[in-house]
Amino acid sequence: MDHVAGQPGTPVVELVGVAKRFGAVQALRGVDLALFPGEVHALVGENGAGKSTLVKMLAGVHRPDLGEVRIDGAAVSLGGPLEARDRGIAVIHQHPTLFPDLDVAENVFMGRQPRDRFGRVAWRTMYREVDGLLASLGVRIDVRGPVRGLAVADQQLVEIAKALSLNARVLVMDEPTASLSAREVDRLFAIVRRLRERGVALLFVSHRLEEIFALCDRITVFRDGAHVVTAPTSELTPESTIRQMVGRRLEALFPKEPAEIGEVVLRVRGLTRTGVFRDIGFDLRRGEILGLFGLVGAGRTEVARVLFGADRVDAGEVWVDGAAVAIDSPTTALRHGIGYVPEDRHGQGLVLDFPIGANVTLPILPRLGRRGLLDRGRERALAGEYAQRLQVKASGLDQAASALSGGNQQKVVLGKWLATEPKVLILDEPTRGIDVGTKAEVHRIVSRLAARGMAILLISSELPEVLAMSDRVLVMHEGRLTGTFDRGAADQERVMVAATGQAAAGAVAPQPPAPSIGGGVLSGSLPVGDR
Amino acid sequence: MTTADGAIGTGPSAGRLRADRLVGLVGRVRELGLLVALAVLVAAVTAREPRFLSLNNARTILLAVSILAVVAVGQTLVVLTRNVDLSVASIVGVTAFVAGDLFKQNPGLSVPLVVALACLLGLALGALNGALVTLGRVPAIVATLGTLYVYRGVAFWIAGGEQITVADVPQGYRDIAMTRLFGVPNPILIAAAVAVVAAYLLRTSPVGRQLYAIGGNPEAARLAGIRSDRLVFGAFAVCGLLCGLAGVLWGSRFGRIDARAASGYELQVVAAVVVGGVNIFGGVGTVLGAVLGAVVLGTVANALTILRFSPFWLQAISGLAILVAVTLDLLITRRVGRALVARRNR
Repeated sequence: MDHVAGQPGTPVVELVGVAKRFGAVQALRGVDLALFPGEVHALVGENGAGKSTLVKMLAGVHRPDLGEVRIDGAAVSLGGPLEARDRGIAVIHQHPTLFPDLDVAENVFMGRQPRDRFGRVAWRTMYREVDGLLASLGVRIDVRGPVRGLAVADQQLVEIAKALSLNARVLVMDEPTASLSAREVDRLFAIVRRLRERGVALLFVSHRLEEIFALCDRITVFRDGAHVVTAPTSELTPESTIRQMVGRRLEALFPKEPAEIGEVVLRVRGLTRTGVFRDIGFDLRRGEILGLFGLVGAGRTEVARVLFGADRVDAGEVWVDGAAVAIDSPTTALRHGIGYVPEDRHGQGLVLDFPIGANVTLPILPRLGRRGLLDRGRERALAGEYAQRLQVKASGLDQAASALSGGNQQKVVLGKWLATEPKVLILDEPTRGIDVGTKAEVHRIVSRLAARGMAILLISSELPEVLAMSDRVLVMHEGRLTGTFDRGAADQERVMVAATGQAAAGAVAPQPPAPSIGGGVLSGSLPVGDR
Repeated sequence: MTTADGAIGTGPSAGRLRADRLVGLVGRVRELGLLVALAVLVAAVTAREPRFLSLNNARTILLAVSILAVVAVGQTLVVLTRNVDLSVASIVGVTAFVAGDLFKQNPGLSVPLVVALACLLGLALGALNGALVTLGRVPAIVATLGTLYVYRGVAFWIAGGEQITVADVPQGYRDIAMTRLFGVPNPILIAAAVAVVAAYLLRTSPVGRQLYAIGGNPEAARLAGIRSDRLVFGAFAVCGLLCGLAGVLWGSRFGRIDARAASGYELQVVAAVVVGGVNIFGGVGTVLGAVLGAVVLGTVANALTILRFSPFWLQAISGLAILVAVTLDLLITRRVGRALVARRNR
């Protein structure tokens, strides 16, 4: 194996001092990264470390605010995905973006089908070429069959064949193994090695450290949008890599108020959604903030959606205040006193055309009715009360939600769920994409809610936030709970070890996920809900 | 604003307030724009033909659009939820015919009973549409395209080539549409009443707000615990009910009915709704707008007749009105959207 790591020579593609900012969030702060021909380069980092932004920059989707992209040593401006493609950069996404109803060969040659001399599509040539490409990867896929119905792994291979047909010299793979079986991963790795021998530069973005250490020549670690280290794999271990990922950061930012932790409000056992997560169980108590941490794709949001009745569940039981409940819809969840502040404010949280007031009262409209009509006075009073409590900055309750800043929109969504007076509040990434000041405000609000006795499930991708806010932290990895830590016992490294699935190999074993109160043995296979 | 200004954070600047008022105004500008367009139209036609501007002609126009307006109100409820009902004209036709046929087969039947039965039939047909869309998960445009033909087929089957004539229905039935109150023809009063009640309920009832939420952001509505399926079903059912009422008015007004009654009417209804500023993708629009849309279309038709344009022009010009209305609507929405983004980034 000719190993190029750290060798002098010209990188195929190089990012120099690249910075990118989205609104309040500095996604990349002047990072460097060089990819050499014939190397497999791993890019790792926590959620929000800036990996996706970097990938999108290479794909030509984002342009850097500062710094430059160099190809073969010369600075270029990637004006768009097409230009990146023409310069030999191809990106394989976790979920392939193909045309499901067109056949495999058409997908490979979409937009640049070979033509015959009358300008018609030369189908035979096309099928022959795609057959050849796939054969060179050592795989057999019917090039005349539609993409719909192919396994994700095979769809990725179609994407790779497409990249090869474009003579891609740089192949960026974003979480390629996340939805693959062990055998499919082996096959993918064989192909990656074959491409490496051909001199392709591969950037491998992944959360799975064991795979990275099995496959990659060099590893680059990002943290908070900054470059931390680039080193040959031989000089790193999974433990040292995790240490680099989490680093040491200020944690005094969040004013967590002491709260009296009471009886169990929400008890979950054996919650399973086939293929998404399985056997999730925990207790959530009055006044408690329970952090739920995991890397992207671990299944946290999916668990939250099931608890709120937004998605169906395949097995598991849920109790609210000691009574078994079947939560089959958000309406039922609301009735049982569960609120859910979703991750996607625009898509799921707000009706943007509605004014602030109408957004706040949306879930409780039936309660505001008086003989079938809306009690406008009460509505305004209530919406005003929550807007004031959350310090929403706006010209008035009649201002459209679409006109607010991200942080203020988030406060409106929060207010909307507080207005339902929930016993249990599930917060899914409540501070994503909002500015530092508002973020601190949200933390203060959440902490105060807990102090008043609300039970809070806090999902966050920001480890410091989870650690600072939570009384206990649950950690998920690929759909399973891999750790439970009490406030005192949780530190960044131990949590990250659990989140990357290194628990067995890691130096620290997480505490067993034993519920501290007598739950007894619960058969965990009764379907929740009747749908 | 008193609650809000006191309640919400820091006080806004005067400029910001003005901008907000402007945006608020643009929110209602669709109706305002329609009124302006109507005024311009009336002025232009009057300049050519002074007889156009008269109480008598206004009555003619409003009477001509009254049935259209009733159906447009129902259609608005459906369109607000991001759906559409293409079968409205078939429901009007079948209920009009069935009502007449009931009198024909059973002379002496009470008029209120027949009216109630016709409305119930409309309600049932609308409910069937709603069931197809919510339980069957058939896209509304497909489901109601299907029932458009099915309901019409039922009308043909019941009619079997027969006609209802003026002689078949009692005078009491004819009186529904043919009498006046204080000089105003009944259909106009009925349409106005329907529109006022619907507009009031949409504005002031929780259900009305929920209909807008479903169309504006279905996922957010679902997560807010709104039973979207029930409400969509209800919107289709009420739309059917109003079509039943329109069928009664149709039968009462025209007297002579065959199975083709109101054929092709659905496109005029959709046109009125769209011209009236109801967003075809749901979530935005008012009953007032839809009714104004019907009035604008009726005024255009009347003007073309008075100016002795060929009737062939009528369709083309109605089509043009739709295009202008929708394009303007899109431009305004985009403009406002940009203004909002610009303000947010300030």
